[in-house]
Amino acid sequence: MNEQIEDKDLSRRQFLRMAARASAIATAAVMFPGIVFAEEQERMIEKLGAIDVKWTKTPCRFCGVGCGLKVGISDGKAVAVKGDPNSSVNKGLCCVKGYHSILALYGNDRLTKPLIRKNGKLVESTMEEALDLVASKLRNTIAESGKDSVSIYGSGQWTIPDGYVASKLFKGAIGTNNVEANARLCMASAVTGFLSSFGLDEPMGCYEDIDHADVFVLWGNNMAEMHPVLFSRILDNRLKRSVKIIDLATRTTRTSHAADKSILFNPQTDLAIANAICYEIVKNRWVNTSFVEKHCVLKEGKTNIGYGLEENFQFNDEAKSIDFETYETFLEDYSPEKVAAYSGVSAKDIKYLASLYGNPNNKVMSLWCMGPNQHTRGTWINNLIYNIHLLTGKISTPGNSPFSLTGQPSACGTVREVGTLTHKLPHGVVMNEKDREMAAEIWKVPVENIPSKPTHHTVSMFRALDRGDIRFMWIQVTNPMVTMPHLNRYRNGAKKDDRFIVVSDVYPTPTTDIADVVLPSAMWIEREGMYGNSERRTQHFNQLLQPPGEAMSDTWQLIEVARRLGFKEQFPWDESTHIEEIWKEYSRFHVGKKHGMAPYEVLKSQAGAQWPYVEGKETKWRYHGKYDPACKGDTFDFYGKPDGKAWIWARPYEPAPEIPDSDYPFWLCTGRVLEHWHTGSMTRRVPILHQAVPKSYVELNPEDAKRLDIRNGDQVKLISRRGEIVMDASVDQRGKPVSGHVFVPFFDESYLINELTLDAYCPISKQPDYKKCAVRIEKI
Amino acid sequence: MPIKSYIIIPQLDQKQSLMDDIAKMEGCEVHPAENKEVLVLVTDVETESEDKLLISQIESNKNIKHISLVSGYE
Repeated sequence: MNEQIEDKDLSRRQFLRMAARASAIATAAVMFPGIVFAEEQERMIEKLGAIDVKWTKTPCRFCGVGCGLKVGISDGKAVAVKGDPNSSVNKGLCCVKGYHSILALYGNDRLTKPLIRKNGKLVESTMEEALDLVASKLRNTIAESGKDSVSIYGSGQWTIPDGYVASKLFKGAIGTNNVEANARLCMASAVTGFLSSFGLDEPMGCYEDIDHADVFVLWGNNMAEMHPVLFSRILDNRLKRSVKIIDLATRTTRTSHAADKSILFNPQTDLAIANAICYEIVKNRWVNTSFVEKHCVLKEGKTNIGYGLEENFQFNDEAKSIDFETYETFLEDYSPEKVAAYSGVSAKDIKYLASLYGNPNNKVMSLWCMGPNQHTRGTWINNLIYNIHLLTGKISTPGNSPFSLTGQPSACGTVREVGTLTHKLPHGVVMNEKDREMAAEIWKVPVENIPSKPTHHTVSMFRALDRGDIRFMWIQVTNPMVTMPHLNRYRNGAKKDDRFIVVSDVYPTPTTDIADVVLPSAMWIEREGMYGNSERRTQHFNQLLQPPGEAMSDTWQLIEVARRLGFKEQFPWDESTHIEEIWKEYSRFHVGKKHGMAPYEVLKSQAGAQWPYVEGKETKWRYHGKYDPACKGDTFDFYGKPDGKAWIWARPYEPAPEIPDSDYPFWLCTGRVLEHWHTGSMTRRVPILHQAVPKSYVELNPEDAKRLDIRNGDQVKLISRRGEIVMDASVDQRGKPVSGHVFVPFFDESYLINELTLDAYCPISKQPDYKKCAVRIEKI
Repeated sequence: MPIKSYIIIPQLDQKQSLMDDIAKMEGCEVHPAENKEVLVLVTDVETESEDKLLISQIESNKNIKHISLVSGYE
């Protein structure tokens, strides 16, 4: 199939062939550093830039890594994707989802017209009628049942402007703190971990730490599938220099196979293992004493704190100061030998882990995501990982980095920084009078409008919807009728007659199925916006395409409804410039050296900028005077705490709320696969990704499967105390659970695994635990 | 018109033989790395069914140690 390609006469087919070839050569270049292809082939990549395709930068639509892409537009259609070589995040590489991201725009069943439920059926309508109905239902519900009977539930896939106008409308204009987002289900424990240890949210380090670290400890984090581009960067470093990768997990995955050492532990015992590492660090005098004395204080909090399973469960932690001797006494319960007895990890391996952290010559990066976060003691395990880095002083310098990864493209930028959670404001929290005053001034609303008490976190909000305390819910960019734990209860609640559900989305989902109004949304590059990724990088994208039909951005949907409710003064923007104006207004909340945001013009011109953005410079490492202009002095300054000192917490091991027994003898863990994004509403419409993993399955350990006479592909029934599901068994395939465990991906709406999961949550972060509940297995 | 690209790692010392085999197949173009045991394959066929058939034929070649999909366009 030799071909002569002329720049001036390149057919679309030839172009796509060249793009496919270029993608593979670029990927090979990352996988096999130093690889050389014939010069002719390398020139193909350059030729792609010379034809009638306009390439424009954008962050990827999918995960929290925030890879920079270049999308090729031709004749008003996105036709190709390549990694942006100017992006420091991915340096030109993409994962399989990124390379196919534009195909998610063109599924056959895109929502293009609004739908309104009439006589029990969703029928096509106009945006005018649909938005009028949303506004009138909001107004009437507030009049009949009060402000706290209406709510909005968004997402870490909200753009920053989406989340900002949602918070402004509900908290500032309407006057309810019923604002939540699905990031509560994935990142809340990371937030409370940061706040309780450092006083401020988000990582102190950045992706560049990967190029400096000597050791990578992955805590319950299948990076090879969930953060493949960053994992490739780690592997690339291993090829170039001597680094070690330790996979500390409850299941054998692709990450385990790529790691230098795989250590498997029993669910929930990561708490004990982290304490055992600290025990060894203290016992072996590996503590960086001068760092701890100058820059840390020690605290203990409440214990036996419950699991949030009771209706209207309430909990507030209390920190008490302790001295180092008390902390040492606390650690006595966590000798490697004692912890080995119930963690499944040998004392030798615990000591090995401790030695990696304790060696003063090692720069260590800890990475984690859903394992520690979706955890009924999620805040605690975040604290405990920070403890290890604080005891050894391995923090806030290149390569010494406890790094909490995010799952969604703007969980950080929108949910955490804008603050689309019940207790949050764009700056600070609703409980703080000064923070409310700042918000009221910028939002041009009376300060009395903003209630001083948080209302419902996510699980509580859906319980309130079930009870009838909440009667109106507007859901944007998320699919809770697939993702809520203990799903049957919350679906039944949402479907009750006198509830009114509005859903803004791009495709039909189980959540649009229960809606009273469905608003078609403009997706990703069909509108202008910004995302904020895991390393505090804000990334702007232009509108590159026209949205289909009547689809409208979530930002503009909210503005239209706000104006119908009479809030024209607060939402005055022109449609052609509203994103720029919103950014400028929002940035006022973060003025200063601790969280300054890059100007709109800077974000437009480059592949993102990290905050704090101070006097034209990004901040790569926070809390050290050498890198962070907000610090006092030229050394460590944990300025999130009033005294500039980070907190080392004494947090114990406590068991999971539901553990396997004779009736339900298996642990169930849920999660994701490389090819699919979250609930699959976009990636399952990309043929190649769908074909790669066409449906969900349950992974079993081969020995368990043999004992139960189950073979790969057999149908089995999984049963928990809350529901049951029939699906194919997967034995010795992609992942391998240890004996007594099963794993099920949640991307497939045809197999709603969350009908089985438990809605227990961390009492501090209120984040549910999707990784641990008990099930039994029956062969069909 | 499915167009896809793959990275292929051949079995030891089978790079040339594998490249020759695949290059003969209609709808395939192969690009060998000059200094590594790696091939880049681009497939271009008319229909989904042709695509499935082609890839199953390729995957049945015993000289392939590993093949992974990189990108695809419809």
